[in-house]
Amino acid sequence: MTDFISGLLRMRRGAWEMLASILIALGVIMLMQPFAIGLYSYSFIVTLIGTVMFIIVSHFPE
Amino acid sequence: MTSSPIQKAAQVTPDGVARKIRGLSDRTIAWIFVAPTIFLLLAVNIFPLIWTIRLSFTNFRVNRPNNAVEWVGLRNYERILNDPDIWNTMQATAHFLLWTIALQVIIGFFLAFLINKKFKGNDMWTTIIVFPMMLSPAVVGNFWTFLYQPQIGLFNYVIAFFTGVDPASFSMIGDVHLAPWAIIIADTWMWTPFVMLICLAGLRSIPDSIYEAAECDRASKWRQFWTITIPMALPFLMLAVLFRGIENFKMFDLVVQLTGGGPGNTTTLTSIDLKREAFEKWRTGYSSAYAVILFVTVFGLASIYVKALNKVKER
Repeated sequence: MTDFISGLLRMRRGAWEMLASILIALGVIMLMQPFAIGLYSYSFIVTLIGTVMFIIVSHFPE
Repeated sequence: MTSSPIQKAAQVTPDGVARKIRGLSDRTIAWIFVAPTIFLLLAVNIFPLIWTIRLSFTNFRVNRPNNAVEWVGLRNYERILNDPDIWNTMQATAHFLLWTIALQVIIGFFLAFLINKKFKGNDMWTTIIVFPMMLSPAVVGNFWTFLYQPQIGLFNYVIAFFTGVDPASFSMIGDVHLAPWAIIIADTWMWTPFVMLICLAGLRSIPDSIYEAAECDRASKWRQFWTITIPMALPFLMLAVLFRGIENFKMFDLVVQLTGGGPGNTTTLTSIDLKREAFEKWRTGYSSAYAVILFVTVFGLASIYVKALNKVKER
């Protein structure tokens, strides 16, 4: 956990890619879950932020 | 003296042109070769994508090209993301995706494991198993419709044989609870051979020497399976999941042929719903926003999946 946070602070690719992946996965789960339409409504913005973040951070140093 | 076609071409090339070509750098020549491909890619892929994104912010209707096109901002996205019907469609797609991928990977890997053993008639069985994949989805949809007929369908009689229920008492494509399973069974029947072929490639890439070393160490078959076969075939399995996941997210033809999205909306997958919005209701701007949402979802998922795949390959 400490490595992950320090990776984020030092703008390292691994940690940021992990964060972007979590956002994308969360967005897709929110999009397809059958429990709350409120989650469905915010799913796209979460997935979009994750996807754009993923494209940007994949150019960060290792 | 005979000269080669290249020499002949060089002789007939005017001096001015020849001088110009000789003056081009390797990089420029490379660009000249690559340029047509890049141009085609931009024209066929990138331009329609950008155009779709632009249309998603408008109320454009393709059947009324003379109407004024209004900029509606995020209204299309807002309506889609608050529509309970589209939410249900997403759930139907998720149900279809999860079950087809799970069944196809499990059955496909099992078949590949069996086919990988050396036995008489191996090639013949491989051909027979691969047969459904070669058929058109329209043909598969059509004959599964016959198989699912409550009165004459073979499927109902097979179920009746094993369970004892009356074959005419249930309809796979007419029942709200059974129809989602009807499309899952048909898709699994058609595409499991594809997963099997990928898994077979993975299994055949494992050198025999590793198993021989494991035998020398007295590792059991079960242990060999979990510590050699599965880890070494995992990149291939993941590739199969990626291909089937993307393909099934776009599933259209087979389901339209089989159930037409019914009964009600129980088998209406996102691609079917999108087609209705775009080409039956002619809401082009709205359907463009719908398409952008699906695109971002598939793109995001594929990105993290490819990253995971690369990590597995690096191990």
